[in-house]
Amino acid sequence: MPNWTAAAAMLVAVLFFNLLFTPSFFHVAIRDGRLFGSLIDILNRAVPVGLLSLGMTLVIATGGVDLSVGAVMAISGTVAAGLIARPPETPFAGGKSVPALAIPAALLAAMGCGLFNGILVAILDFQPIIATLLLMVAGRGVAQLLANGQIVTFSEPSFAAIARGATAMLPNPVWLLAITFVLFSLATRATALGLFVEATGSNPSAANLVGINARAVKIAVYTLCALCGGLAGIVITGDIQAADANNSGLYMELDAILAVSVGGTALAGGRFSLVGSIVGALLMQALTTTILTRGVSPEITLVLKAAVVVTVCLLQAPAFRDSISRYLPKKVPA
Amino acid sequence: MTSILELKGIGKRFPGVVALDGVDFDLRAGEVHALMGENGAGKSTLIKTMTGVYEPTAGHILVEGNPISFRSPDEAVRHGVSTVYQEVNLVPNLSVMENILLGREPKGPFGIKWRGVKERAEKAVRRLGLDVDVRTPLGSLSIAVQQLVAIARALDVSARVLVLDEPTSSLDAGEVEALFEVVRRLRDEGMGIIFVSHFLDQVYAISDRITVLRNGQKVGTWMAKDLLKIELVSQMIGRDASALVRTESIAQAASSGEAIISAKSVGRRGSVSDVSFEIKPGETLGFAGLLGSGRTEVLRLIYGIDHSDSGTLIFDGKSVSKVRPRDSIHRGIGFLSEDRKAEGIFPELSIRENMLILYQVKQGWFRRIPLLKQKQLAKDLAEKLKVQPPDVERSIQQLSGGNQQKALLARWLAVEPRLLLLDEPTRGIDVGAKFEIMSLVESLRQSGSSFVFVSSELSEVVKTCTQVVVMRDRKAVGTLVGADITEESIVEAIAS
Repeated sequence: MPNWTAAAAMLVAVLFFNLLFTPSFFHVAIRDGRLFGSLIDILNRAVPVGLLSLGMTLVIATGGVDLSVGAVMAISGTVAAGLIARPPETPFAGGKSVPALAIPAALLAAMGCGLFNGILVAILDFQPIIATLLLMVAGRGVAQLLANGQIVTFSEPSFAAIARGATAMLPNPVWLLAITFVLFSLATRATALGLFVEATGSNPSAANLVGINARAVKIAVYTLCALCGGLAGIVITGDIQAADANNSGLYMELDAILAVSVGGTALAGGRFSLVGSIVGALLMQALTTTILTRGVSPEITLVLKAAVVVTVCLLQAPAFRDSISRYLPKKVPA
Repeated sequence: MTSILELKGIGKRFPGVVALDGVDFDLRAGEVHALMGENGAGKSTLIKTMTGVYEPTAGHILVEGNPISFRSPDEAVRHGVSTVYQEVNLVPNLSVMENILLGREPKGPFGIKWRGVKERAEKAVRRLGLDVDVRTPLGSLSIAVQQLVAIARALDVSARVLVLDEPTSSLDAGEVEALFEVVRRLRDEGMGIIFVSHFLDQVYAISDRITVLRNGQKVGTWMAKDLLKIELVSQMIGRDASALVRTESIAQAASSGEAIISAKSVGRRGSVSDVSFEIKPGETLGFAGLLGSGRTEVLRLIYGIDHSDSGTLIFDGKSVSKVRPRDSIHRGIGFLSEDRKAEGIFPELSIRENMLILYQVKQGWFRRIPLLKQKQLAKDLAEKLKVQPPDVERSIQQLSGGNQQKALLARWLAVEPRLLLLDEPTRGIDVGAKFEIMSLVESLRQSGSSFVFVSSELSEVVKTCTQVVVMRDRKAVGTLVGADITEESIVEAIAS
């Protein structure tokens, strides 16, 4: 039984609740050659957290954590928007609008941030929570400097299409998440990278003794995590056609950490599950969407989310499962 | 002289284990009494019963002739029995005076009377001849001074018995002498001191009497000046009547070919010094010596976990420096740590992954071993080493200690190292697994592999090694080859 069974069961429960009590929740319509409906909406809106959770999964599996991805989203969004809009009084002022360069430049900037985190953690031996807290705080400052304190707006249909367009009936962000998920799965499970990540998180001293280059592994996962932050930043920026250094991706790193832990990856490191993290991200979004469509006030959303996270985490814990299984009827062996 | 602490017929059982069996022990006022024994002989259990950590299951304790049962360490302290443990058990970020009086600060109507704390701490520190500002944070002082502060803390209550459990293991020679001066002064003041150490020379330097334990029983008590070192070592080790004789093939193993690795007076400050040896294909080199004599440290230097700072290590005729474990693996050297849990297994991973991770590391991260091949390899290894149960997809945590050890050995066998460093490979595992591991090592040696073997069990060293380097007090003190390797000759070299 994979570790994400509890999260998947909870997701099914939330959907089942809607099947019974929320009219037309499962209604999917085709308009302008693309699908619309609450389910599609959940998929689409889960994308930024889903992207973040993929990278976060690997970082957490090494026994670390990355608090800076929200800020990395802001930086990547600002770089992209800056290269398109060329706002005056910023480092991007002057020059031609280069939408084609926006995405690679934004991703490079994000990976630079990840490299910085990785070097702090792997080479300078910072505690991951402190190392990434630095960029969590300073990163938004950097983004604001790049934008000169403004919200950089632009109008560039080709860029906005990343977030707003659709391909083969499904919104583009959903495809982006799906492709990233497949690439991450291949990179970790078709090579031995996943095993090395798990070994590093499971027992760092033993990993050193079997010759795993833990530094390289850590730098790689922090860089990949920031790359995910960069992708998420592009999606959010494309969606609103603006880069808001103050609010883009604010607290989203926390949602990603929740999605990962709900998805069955232990925060202490070791075994990880990318599928579980995606299930976790979908669960969080399904909850939010359910609560919103039922007209419950948004303040309650957060409390309810917390309750669900606690339940899922308890269901994952072997000690808790043992203690409740005592009250359940014993299975009689056939 | 009168006994201030007397133990009569002390027994201690744990579920399934008899740790102490009818041990008598007495401590006189004004003596230093050394408690000796190999690992697992029952020294620490005995100390824990006399300091109130354990309650004995048989026998009784007399303090100055009065029977007393300690129900907690605190109660022992109130009866004048204080203990200083091997690791400094203090709070590094509190000051010296806070540490000395932690939990028993003089209190007034407004809380702790800091002036009283300072005065009492200064008195306690001065008694040891220690010149230190008691307001300094403990962590900023050297380990030796911290050790003395721990003693000052133990003496602050009017202790009549002081138990020093391996107090010198992290001290250098000068610091040890300073500590001994304090111990002698306390002894002359009439205190009874129990001294536990693995360093024979130190035991002889400070002790008046020596009591030896073996397998939970008392072997005897001697005046230190009447007991030769070699007698002490034999008493500690005992004679294993069932010890097998060395096989002919080992005694006559002829070393041929170029040395895989040779060390010329290799050392590392604060760890080991002056270690020389040479290993050729088809040889098993043993490091013999008491626990703490520096055997493990040598293996860690060879494998590259620690780096030597004196002497030269020559690998395949080339002098190497700053090796890392990764480099050693690529040179065909392996290392099986004595600490399975902390440095061996990956608890979250399966038996298969635990066995094949090294093979995968050697392949590089990009060339993943296909799952089917992994399963086949793991199955073969599990069969070869008789891992029970043989289902390699289970978590390694579900295996017994002996089977975990086999899985870790399999990890190395999968990459066929030329030289495998085995640190206490048979410790804490059952007799069957022990035998299987030792036979496997011997058959691999005969087919040309080399081993370095560290074990506390001399009979194992004698049975498997083609040459033995004897370690004492973190130095190599002799090398035995071929027919010269007997338990007696090793004991003699340890004690000489």
